[in-house]
Amino acid sequence: MKNKIVMAMLLMALVSGFVFANGGGDKAAAGAEKTKIVLLVKSLGNGFFEAVADGGVEAAEELGNVESIYMGPSSATAEGQIEIIETLIAQKVDGIAISANDPDALIPVTKKAMKAGIRVISFDSNISAGGREVALAPSDSKLIGSQQVKLIAELCNYKGKIAILSATAQATNQNEWIKYMKEAIKAPEYKDMEIVDTVYGDDAADKSYREAVGLFEKYPDLAGIISPTTVGVLAASKAIEDEGLKGKVQITGLGLPSEMQHYIENGTCGQMALWNPVDLGYSSTYILARMIAGDVAGKAGDKVDAGRMGTITIGPDGNTIMGEPFVFNKDNIAKFASIF
Amino acid sequence: MNKKMEKILQNRELNLVLLTAVLLIAISFRAPSFLALKNIERIINDTAILIMVASGQLLVILTGGIDLSVGSTIAFSGMAVSMLNQYNPEIPVVLLIFLGILIGTALGAFNGACVAFGKVPPVITTLGTMSIFRGFTFVLSKGQWVTAHEMTEAYMNIPKGKLLGIPNLTLWAVAVFAVMFYFIRYTRSGREIYAVGGNKTAAHFVGVSERKVNFMVFTVAGALCGLAGVMWTARYAAAVNETATGFELQTVAACVLGGVSLAGGAGTLTGVVMGALFLGIINNALPVVNLSPFFQMGIQGFVVLAAIVANVLMEQRNDRKLLAGRRR
Repeated sequence: MKNKIVMAMLLMALVSGFVFANGGGDKAAAGAEKTKIVLLVKSLGNGFFEAVADGGVEAAEELGNVESIYMGPSSATAEGQIEIIETLIAQKVDGIAISANDPDALIPVTKKAMKAGIRVISFDSNISAGGREVALAPSDSKLIGSQQVKLIAELCNYKGKIAILSATAQATNQNEWIKYMKEAIKAPEYKDMEIVDTVYGDDAADKSYREAVGLFEKYPDLAGIISPTTVGVLAASKAIEDEGLKGKVQITGLGLPSEMQHYIENGTCGQMALWNPVDLGYSSTYILARMIAGDVAGKAGDKVDAGRMGTITIGPDGNTIMGEPFVFNKDNIAKFASIF
Repeated sequence: MNKKMEKILQNRELNLVLLTAVLLIAISFRAPSFLALKNIERIINDTAILIMVASGQLLVILTGGIDLSVGSTIAFSGMAVSMLNQYNPEIPVVLLIFLGILIGTALGAFNGACVAFGKVPPVITTLGTMSIFRGFTFVLSKGQWVTAHEMTEAYMNIPKGKLLGIPNLTLWAVAVFAVMFYFIRYTRSGREIYAVGGNKTAAHFVGVSERKVNFMVFTVAGALCGLAGVMWTARYAAAVNETATGFELQTVAACVLGGVSLAGGAGTLTGVVMGALFLGIINNALPVVNLSPFFQMGIQGFVVLAAIVANVLMEQRNDRKLLAGRRR
């Protein structure tokens, strides 16, 4: 079954290769060869990456002379991606943006691609330096931390006691975000707010729920909870609903739209954030298109005009940050819940 | 008077009641609101699922076995029923509960068959099925969760509703307790479990089938996990693949705390319920007593261990007194 899919894909790739090689009648008539940008994802059939592909198409339409091609192996392996990159080199596409199944295993083949004149960047799950020109991360810890504080502040009118419900006490990313939340809340606009506690639900529904109820007990005047983990934000929302505290205790965090739809639609969770795969595909396509067109070199300090995402600055070693996570609320949750 | 006191102290369950009281008082020093009626109700409700599953675990441990697959069985049956609810919202919840029990029974029967007929030791069997059932859960769900907006209101209300002011989940646990209590104490099959666990050879010679008993205990344990799976996913309004990971150890701990011998043959259901409540109190107290989260896990283990040691010591003392009394 899997092999069949891979075969079918390779065939498709080959066929499209021939079509491109022939220039394509209508395109030739239009007089300009379209720039071919490939979004190579970890695996096919994953809602997250389907959304990435949508973003690529959106950017391609805006840019006009770009064709966005969506590809991926049938299962999430580095080998599958290597095979595809080999065929892409043979087809002489213009640019590849990769969400890598392995940060190092792809380097030899991507180097080969770059040697062949193909511009290579990575996004979401990045390739180590040397194997790509630009590595696009959805966000960074500082942006996430400060945005979380802003979201909860908006929900509880910039005042009151805030608690954090995290995953495990040793989770590196969580602790980074919490560190920046504590830094962000020192800003003058948050002077009436304080972070009173940080508790750990270990990403288990039952423990997170219990910790949330414990917070209500400990701080009867608690104004809000920030839970930057998908399990935590879900369990805390349920706890708020069960304890009849909807409207009294606010909740925000990092959550998946499909999982949080219920609580966002019924108002328990006013807003939450997460990186948006559509934006990732969109930004990756823009960055590649600008590099291929020669507008930017793809070196540190270059400023890329990325359409509706604003200006994205390429950082040292090509490590680049897209922006703040995308905010989900009542108005857009239904749309994104069907995507991821 | 003195004799009466001695008789009371002999009772291991009552020892645990005393220890629980000490624990509660200690907690209330740090968090006075902990003893509020509402909170006690909350703790009992929170422990209901543990009570159900631990009663199944009790049966298995009574035969001298152990069931490490309870967490995975909960996850699988919970996921299966949640997905049924998601894709066929017209199925009445009563049927869903029944199906949950049925799925759990099937998984438990598989364990039972391996142990009883395949002669695979329970630890090995359930260590294997712990991964197998968890794996099945992933295969079934394709890694996706079922969450609140995909569940029907009726499904989420299974544990949440109230009857005479008592949450349904608590009532389910009481019902399980009543049925299991009767089963263990007054039915032939129930007594046979003790017979096999206490002395296999003797049980064999009086005509008790060890195979039948082994098969039965795992099947019943599975059925209770199936019910727990429905309750778990409905209560948290989320069926995730990691549901109840590590829960098997909680159920074993509840049994050991309640005085169940891991060697088999000795232990009571009331003891297990007390043990489960003791754990429930700790689980619910840790978030409110303002201790560093880094200490929580260690403290939990320490308190459980201390309680078991204290319980054993008290029992030994009573045994000695009993012997001394007889000699006189």
